[in-house]
Amino acid sequence: MSNPETDLRATNGRAPDVFRRGAWVPMREYSDDEEVDFAVVGTGAGGGTLAARLAEHGFKVVALDAGPFWRPLEDFASDEKEQNKLYWLQDRISGGQHPIEFGANNSGRSVGGSTVHFQMVALRWRPEWFAARSKLGYGRDWPIDWREIWRYYAEAEDALKISGPISYPWGPPRGRYPYRAHEINAAGLVLAKGAEALGVKWAAVPLSTLSAPRGKAPPCVYRGFCKVGCSTNAKQSVLNTFIPRALAAGAEIRDLATVSQIEMGSGGRATGLVYHRQGQWRRQRARHVVVSGYAIETPRLLLNSATAQQPQGLANSSGMVGKCLMTHANHAVWGVMEDEIRWYKGPPSMTVCEHWNYEDRGKDFHGGYAFMSQGPLPADHAKALVSNTGMFGMQLRQHMALYNHMAGLKIVGEVEPHENNRIELSDQTDELGIPLPRITFSFSENDQRLYKHSLQFMRRALESAGASNLIETASTAHLMGTCRMGTSASDSVTNADGRTWDIPNLWICDGSLFPTCGGVNPSMTIYALALRAADRIKALAGRGEL
Amino acid sequence: MSEQFTNLYPEYDVLDKWETPSWNEVTRSVVQKRLHEIPERRFFNEQQWLTLTAVCDRIIPQPERSQPVPIAPWIDARLFKGQGTGTRYASLPPEQESWRRGMDAIEAEAQHRYRRSFHRLDRVEQDRLLRSMDNNEVEAAAWQDLPSKSFFRHVVLRAVVEIYYAHPAAWSEIGFGGPASPRGYVRLDANRRDQWEAIEQKPAAAQRLYPK
Repeated sequence: MSNPETDLRATNGRAPDVFRRGAWVPMREYSDDEEVDFAVVGTGAGGGTLAARLAEHGFKVVALDAGPFWRPLEDFASDEKEQNKLYWLQDRISGGQHPIEFGANNSGRSVGGSTVHFQMVALRWRPEWFAARSKLGYGRDWPIDWREIWRYYAEAEDALKISGPISYPWGPPRGRYPYRAHEINAAGLVLAKGAEALGVKWAAVPLSTLSAPRGKAPPCVYRGFCKVGCSTNAKQSVLNTFIPRALAAGAEIRDLATVSQIEMGSGGRATGLVYHRQGQWRRQRARHVVVSGYAIETPRLLLNSATAQQPQGLANSSGMVGKCLMTHANHAVWGVMEDEIRWYKGPPSMTVCEHWNYEDRGKDFHGGYAFMSQGPLPADHAKALVSNTGMFGMQLRQHMALYNHMAGLKIVGEVEPHENNRIELSDQTDELGIPLPRITFSFSENDQRLYKHSLQFMRRALESAGASNLIETASTAHLMGTCRMGTSASDSVTNADGRTWDIPNLWICDGSLFPTCGGVNPSMTIYALALRAADRIKALAGRGEL
Repeated sequence: MSEQFTNLYPEYDVLDKWETPSWNEVTRSVVQKRLHEIPERRFFNEQQWLTLTAVCDRIIPQPERSQPVPIAPWIDARLFKGQGTGTRYASLPPEQESWRRGMDAIEAEAQHRYRRSFHRLDRVEQDRLLRSMDNNEVEAAAWQDLPSKSFFRHVVLRAVVEIYYAHPAAWSEIGFGGPASPRGYVRLDANRRDQWEAIEQKPAAAQRLYPK
């Protein structure tokens, strides 16, 4: 079998059929010289979704991804180490007072992007967060009304057949989730017990993995390797949902294609992309360019595309490209239970408490956090343990031997947008000669008050559930901001549609757009923005305003 | 501190499931290589290699095994291939350079303190030296601009445990179900196990390892 990390799979008029071993689906192809309607850089929750919808709206679309086109049934082992192949492992220089860990922690390198290895947590934002400044007194307002995003959440949940509870205890009423909630594992019930003891609500996590068959995809068998890639297709990732739709609608997907620059024409419009594929530098012409590389690669590409006219990088007249990088605080408390929990069974997070996302009284900080039950695989947990505690030796081996008795609670905690948290180009380059990104990140005082509050609360919850030998770990998860949307060209990079203020045919569609980051996992909001952007583009085209 | 390992799952070997529906073709091929194709040293020099091997032995002591799970060869192999982790800490040199300089610095620290090589120290001395790295209390000049605590926690410890807990012997000793595709699990409740999961020796682990 060919090696998908070095040999093209999406080529010669066909692309992998991810649902059938060795099978193919037809793929329309465009030549580099043909001016396609949209060239999309990146095929994750932003770019993959947008490419599918634009193709379904009748546009000519080419979507490029630096990563391989995996066949989950054949390529994905039940093995943490082997599955490192799903991650973006190129160096990112990480500094600041609290340097962010990249790679496996947050960045995918695959057709389908990080959704190939994400933990499938499919949460909606609290409505007030879209107007955080005017309603809650911190952060910034989004340029979109919450009701509009909530309509697109429903659409995204249906597209992914999210499995969720009949009634969700927080926020405005929402419709039924398309698929029933999964049976909750023992690790999830530890959270439930702790939450009930402290008098706060809990719920089954709405998850992007099937609880009943869907087309050629089977229901989840609770093998627990979700974070290193689902080998059965039960996980609904972009790779097995929007990518097949994109191909069926006539989009071309180019795997192993690394974009280095956006090309600008003399009229202040983008004319296409420079990219590297199979040892060759090539140029794709396009009427519109969409950048969907996530919060590091998107600004990296804009900064690396600087021209004489735009020496600070494309679409950067505001100076905001690369600024206000956000991640989520991902602090956790771990304990040992009398019971055998065997948290490796089932999706890693099966229950959630969003109490502190919706309750503002009694906080000494702005923002919110959710916390979820945990089920890390052995090496993942050992790494968190040693890098936080310095534990080693027989003590470490013996502690890890309690693996089947462990339970943990971990937050997705909001951090503030700060201009000092940023990505820039370094003076070092990768193997293609593209400057490596240098990232600076520090938690603010408010961020630190938030996660301290959460650690205290989760300790109480775990102790109430019967856990002993508690250990705390600090971490981060997700990447957001760096090309924020807004209402004014002076302090944001794009408008509400993701269209850059400076270059009318250059768009951004991914988590970079977030002006604030909320206290839940970002994927559903990225999907919602992408679905909305596709509809807006169609409407603008209809009015001749593209 | 005792160097014995209390195995809570003495009857369990995850490799017994090799031919069952818990293991698919791709997983078998990956684990086969891990068990039988141990790479030769190509990245570190001989002295660095001796130091690294001794460091791995202290981070994951395996006194009960006649054939310990190999760790150093896989670190060497990854560095030789130049495979990164995605993160280069700004406070540390690039990863390959950090490892080479770090091993040299551990050796220099041992010479500075004991006038002996690190791999010749007894285990109490070795542990004490590693612990002082973790406390940023090292003295050798070789540590200059290589912060020992960051190097120890974020580079060394992470790499060592990532490799150890990728080995079937480690999966077996912690009672982890191991590979699980296409067959996953059915029983998700506490204290319930599928018949293809490890049986824990009673009394329960927590009581045996952390008696009240």
